[in-house]
Order: sequence, then C-alpha cells, then structure tokens
Amino acid sequence: MSDPVVDDFVQLLTPEGERVQHPDFAFGGSDEQVAGYLRDMVLARRFDNEATALQRKGELGLWPPALGQEAAQVGSVNATRLPDHVFPSYREHAVALHLGVDAVEMLTTFRGTAMVPWKSAERGLHIYSFVIGTQTLHAVGYAMGMQRDGLVGNPDPDANGAAIVYFGDGATSQGDVNEAFIFAASYTAPVVFFCQNNQYAISEPIALQSKIPLYRRASGFGFPGIRVDGNDVLAVQAVTSWALQRARQGEGPTLIEAYTYRMGAHTTSDDPTKYRSRDETDRWRARDPISRAQAYLLASGAIDQAWLDSLEAESEQLAVRVREGCVALREPQLEEFFEHVVIDPPEILLEQRDDYLEYEAGFDHPSVPDAEAAHSQSQAQGAF
Amino acid sequence: MKEFRLPDPGEGLVEADIVRWVVSEGDEVKVNDILVEIETAKSIVELPSPWAGRIARLIADEGATVEVGAPIVLIDDGVDAPAEPTTLVVQTQPVVETQPVFEPEPVVELVETQPVVAEASTGSASESEAFLVGYGVKSAPLARRPRKNAAGIGKPIGPVTDQVQDSYAADQPVSRPIDQSTTTGPISAEASGEPLPRPGQAPRSASASKRALAKPPVRRLARDLGLDLDAVDATGAHGTITADDVIAAAVAARGGETRLSRRASERVPLKGVRREMARTMAESFKVPTATVMMQTDVTASMQLVERLKNRREFAGLRVSPLLIFAKAACLAIARNPDLNSTLDMGASEIVRNENVNLGIAAATPRGLMVPNIKGANRMNLLQLAEALHNMVQVAKTGKVPTEDLTKGTFTITNVGVFGVDGGTPILNLGESAIMCLGTIARRPWVVGKGADEQIVIRSVCTLSLTFDHRLVDGELASRFLSDVAAILADPGLAMMF
Repeated sequence: MSDPVVDDFVQLLTPEGERVQHPDFAFGGSDEQVAGYLRDMVLARRFDNEATALQRKGELGLWPPALGQEAAQVGSVNATRLPDHVFPSYREHAVALHLGVDAVEMLTTFRGTAMVPWKSAERGLHIYSFVIGTQTLHAVGYAMGMQRDGLVGNPDPDANGAAIVYFGDGATSQGDVNEAFIFAASYTAPVVFFCQNNQYAISEPIALQSKIPLYRRASGFGFPGIRVDGNDVLAVQAVTSWALQRARQGEGPTLIEAYTYRMGAHTTSDDPTKYRSRDETDRWRARDPISRAQAYLLASGAIDQAWLDSLEAESEQLAVRVREGCVALREPQLEEFFEHVVIDPPEILLEQRDDYLEYEAGFDHPSVPDAEAAHSQSQAQGAF
Repeated sequence: MKEFRLPDPGEGLVEADIVRWVVSEGDEVKVNDILVEIETAKSIVELPSPWAGRIARLIADEGATVEVGAPIVLIDDGVDAPAEPTTLVVQTQPVVETQPVFEPEPVVELVETQPVVAEASTGSASESEAFLVGYGVKSAPLARRPRKNAAGIGKPIGPVTDQVQDSYAADQPVSRPIDQSTTTGPISAEASGEPLPRPGQAPRSASASKRALAKPPVRRLARDLGLDLDAVDATGAHGTITADDVIAAAVAARGGETRLSRRASERVPLKGVRREMARTMAESFKVPTATVMMQTDVTASMQLVERLKNRREFAGLRVSPLLIFAKAACLAIARNPDLNSTLDMGASEIVRNENVNLGIAAATPRGLMVPNIKGANRMNLLQLAEALHNMVQVAKTGKVPTEDLTKGTFTITNVGVFGVDGGTPILNLGESAIMCLGTIARRPWVVGKGADEQIVIRSVCTLSLTFDHRLVDGELASRFLSDVAAILADPGLAMMF
C-alpha cells in the first residue's frame, strides 16, 4: 500500500520533535505535562511489549498489541477528567493504565482468570469491548443519560461531563458505529468519537473500506469531524480537549480521526508481514510517537538523560512486576462464577450454586495436596 | 534448570515447525531475548525467553514439527535445582515419541548427566502449567477425577437420572484439547428380536421426508401443470428436477398429450380492493333486487354538454355526459326519496338520507372503487362538475381517501364508457339503488306523431336501475327512471323538478 499523503491533519509536534503552530489548535500545557505524557507512553509501551512476550511464552491466551498508538491513547485520555466516562475497545492499554488500572490486573482477561478487573463506575472506565464497535452505542447511551442527569451545559464547567469512546478504522464499517453516530447527532449527545485509524482492520487496509477520509464522514451525520496526527501527543491532547469541551457544554458530538499506525500485529494470532511491506512499517517507525516527544523534551531542557534513565529503571520494574504478577494471578474459584451477576441472588440460584459445589466436591482429589504445596511454594518464591 | 515448552502462539493451534534457532547451546540469554523462530499454520513468530540463564540444550531440531506443549529447550537459570528427567515427560506424552522431536540417545544422556531432582522443586514449573491458558502445555492427558461415591451425590438417582449421568460419564473430560481423541474400539453386540425386513422399493410418498430438489421456476411449472414434484424423476445435476423432467412427467401423465399449456391457470392472490369487491358484492347479493331498463334519446343532453364545455365557468373542467346524468339523478331522487334510503332491518326502519352522497363506480389501477360525492344534491351544476372532476383525478391514481369510499347513498355505474349497451349491476352494499348507464350511440329513433312520424338519427342511451326490492317497488323504480330519462331527453324540464 502506498503511503497516503496526509496534509490535512492537526499537527503540533513534528516527527523530528519540533513544535509547530496550527491556526485553530494549540497545546496549552507545560513541558512538565508533556514529560508526564512521555512517561505514560513509555510505561504503556513497556507493559504492552511485556504482555506480548507473555503470550509468546504461553502465559496469555491472546494479546492485542498497542505498539505505535501510544500518543493517540495517552494524548486523548489526558484530556479527560471525572465525571467524563471512557469507553475503550480492547486495545486501549495506555488509556486503562492512565486511569489507574493495575498493570497486572489488566492481564486477567487475557489470561482467562477474571472477566474485567476494574469497576467501571469508580474508574470512569467502561469494560473492554471485544465486539467490534458495540461500545459506541454504549457510549452514546451513557452520554444521553448524562444529559438527563444534568451533567451537560451547566454554567459551572467543572460540573459537566462527557463520554469518549475509542474504536478503530475497521469499526467504522460496522452498523453499530453508524447507528451511534445518528443517535448522537439527533440527540446532541455529549460524546467524543475517538477513532484510532491505525490503517488496518486486521489485514484490510483502510483505503478499501472508505473512499473518503474517515473524519469527513461526520459531516454526513451532521457533526464536526477532524483529523489529527495520532502520533503527536500534543495535537491529540489539544484536539480531544476541544472536542470534550464542546460535548460538555452541550454542543454535541465530534468525530476525531487519530491518524496513526499499528506497528505490531492485530493480535498475537496474526502475522502482519503477510499483508504489509517492511518499507511501509519503516516509514511509520520514523514517525514514532515516543521518540518525537522525547526529542522535543530533551531539546527544550525539560528532561535530561538522567530522567530518561530513571524512567527506564521504572519501566524495568514494571516489566518484572508484570511478568511475575501474571503467572501468580489467582485462579478463579468455582463459587465465584455465581457472583457479580445479581445483587440479591434468588433462592434458586443459591441452590444451584450449592448443588454444583457439592457435585464438584464429590470427586476424589488425589493430587490436590501435592499441587497445593507446590503452588504455595511457587508463590512464596515469587518466581516462575 | 528450566524446560521451555512450545506454547500455542495463536489461538487453538496444536503444532509448529522450528524454523531457526536464534540461540545456541551455551549462550547466555536474558529474559525476553528471542530464542527461536517458529512457524505455525498462521504465522511465523519469535519466541522470547521467560528466564535469564544459559542455554543448556536445544531439544528440538530446526525443521522439526513439534506438538504444542512439548519441551524444546532447556535453560539453566542457576536458581532451581535441575528439572526432573525429561524421560518422564516423554513417558507421559507417548504421542511425542512418534515424532522425531527427541533423539532417544540424548534423553538417556540427560538422565545420566542431570542429577536427580527434588520432587518439590519441580512443583513450581509444573504448577505454573496449571495456570496456563488452556493450551496443550499440560504434560499429562486430562482425565476427570473419579467420583468418590457416584450414588451418594445430590438428589436420589432413578433410572432416568442414571442414563443422564452415564451420558456424562466422567472417564473422558467434557472439554479437552482437540488433539486428544479417543480411539473407538470394536463393539460386540448380538442381534435381538426378529431381523428387520429386507428393504424393497419404498413408495415415493413415504420417502418424501426429503424434499424433492428443484429450482423455484421448476416448482412453479410443476404446480401450474398440477404435478407433485415427488412423483417426478430427476435427471439434473445432484439429483435436481429440471423443467424438462417436469414436462416429461406431465406428458406421461396425460397419456402422451404433448400440447401442454404451461399455465393452465394462473393463481393470483386475492387482496386489497379486489378482495374487498369480492366480499361486498357477495354480501350485497343477499339483497333481493330487481332491475328496470329504459332507452332514451339523450341528443339534447349531448348538445348541452357541448355548450357547457364552451362556457368560461367550466374551463379546465372535465365536462362529460356523466355530469348531466348525475345531475338528473339528483333531481329525480328529490322526487323519489326512497331511492336514497337505507333499510335498517334490525330496527325495522327505513333510514331516509337527507343528503345524496352520490357514488360513481370507477375502474382504478387498484380495481373497482366507488368514491362518492357528499351532498351532491346540494350542488349546482358547476359545483358538481368540479366535484366530479376532482374525483376522476383522484381515482386515476387509485389513492382514494377512505372517507370518500364510505357513507354513499346512491350509485351510478357508467359501463357505457366500455361500449356496452347496459347491464344489471349489483347494489353498492347498504344502498337501495344503483343506476347503470349504457353507451351513448347514434341510432335510428322514431320521432313525431301520426303522419309526421319519421325515423331520425339520435344519440340514444340505455338506462337501467337495479333496486332493493324490499324497499323499492317496480312502480317507484320506473317513475324514477322515467324522470331521469325525461330530463336527459329535454334538460329544460329540469326547471320543473
């Protein structure tokens, strides 16, 4: 696939790490904040790489790498604040980490030991959605609820909130996403549609899915669409802040197309070398989101090599913790399957649970004492 | 010493090929250093090292196909005691032995060279497998644990429960890796009871549990020809019945008659307006009716139509003889109001309607409809012309509003436009009379009296009136029709009405 010419997106930081002006958007934060974004991105990448490796070692069933999309995720999530509510797809690892989800806990879904390790309401973070695009409808519905709860258009800007929903370029071909656009437009819902256009729906290039740039679809639905350099954390933050502000003030939805690139595979089950060229990947590597932020901060003097070394050490600690924590994740117990479904379980459900537990307890467990001993020992060692 | 077993790098894969070892025996590796490239059915992937240490032994050769879960490399991490002998693994995975993954000789060497093995220390490695995510890394086949006391669990077990329990027999796991299959053994069983009769030629209808294969047009053809597809021999691909098969069967069924009408009859669903017509006409026909007829000279009315057409007031309006007929009918009804009445048998009352809601039977694209002009008797000629004009415009589209189709009191049907001389219509349901107009034709007509009697060419029309004989008798019907005819013959007489 040829490299698409992209000159109509918002960019505030060039791939070489130079700040540039844009007529409509400016990054209002300090270099300290940018350093915070860099830290977010570096830690997220290290976590992501570690999770990919864990899958290759057989410790995770599957992993969808976010490699290359760190700026789009970190820039946008840094524009949110409570009571905003964030609706991820399944690749927004940097978003979840920034919102306080523990790195080891993040793996439970992919290791099959728990469904969703965080509580949506507390984190302002909805569950990962593995069904493509379905979360856009959830987000619009939630946003309409915020309207009815009086969380939109108040004179006090801090009292206002909005929903932001993450999805990919492939999801825009889904009916759900288009329905969400229509509802959001019709109800002026306070929602930001944050599309990470990483160029491929698994192996399908975006050019085969859309005859026009994705952000221009928004005009057909009746709300603004804007394209931003998805590898430019400053531009993403600025554009997302603007869109969230519009939503919170009651001005309705916005579609943001963060133009980026998935450097890794769609998931660990996929081999991207079969559908894209090394040249293309190399071109995008030169636009890396982390290296440009790092170059800028080093040039501005906001950080130095010691700062980077310290961050590297922190990343290494995170990696070790993730490796060791992953294999030590607690195996779910049978009775837990009956929890988190109904608040006050009806008698019949409790009976079923007790019957099933009794049934399971009816088997011999010759190997259990050994296994338990071994298990506790491995936990005590904390190593695998 | 750690043993790295081949993980499932995709979703549900069972084996992979060793493409290339990136490390050699004796190399020092760090965590996440790439050890090996493998190729699965889906992709080529690099496997990183879970441990730091020295490569003790590459177990699987490049190019070998390795089962998921089989050990491929030993790494001496210097922490744990050496792993338990790999012979043990081989023994518990007999399937691996059939693959050229291990060289038997090095295995023996391993057993000799590696000191033995504290049972507890292997626990950490094997226990971690219990956490693995459902791929084939388990070293022993999964087997359901035996029940402590099958009969002692839960509810009382009756014969039915026993069968259900048996069907879930726990000697095999309900869920297991795809590559774990059980070889079925021979089944020894003896026949019981009388042997079943030898299969003969089953009657076709009895075997009709399988629907005959045919494309929709062929099914249609068979239906039109009155054939049962199950009785047709199929010669098409994959046992399908072709159109030729159906025709051949039909010819055979008719004793060689080859002139088949492929559409002996066509079946069209009865719906909408046509269904409504069927219903109301059938209902209406329960009313006893009679018909009177009369031929009349309408030449003067035709001249009146021509004069009206040239008047400014009627410009743009459709002025036809029907307008004069309609006006005449309204005037005649004023003198004979029972014709504009409804019989309420339940109340034993005659409902005499104030207004003449004059229905005009219209052939519309959707079928016969009878829209009516509300209060036609209160309209002057111009208003009536406008109302008729509008009605025709609407009827042409077939989109007549429902309110125009209800509450009619008297109907005119103008079959004359189709060139026929007349007819005996059926009442519009709930009305007492319907007037039918025949075609207006130039005909010889006797005029004058006595010696002046002569034949001239006049415009002549046959009128008929069908009426509800429960309410209207022949005298009233005849008087009404005569009044209409009088006006048509001499429109000036309308001033008398």
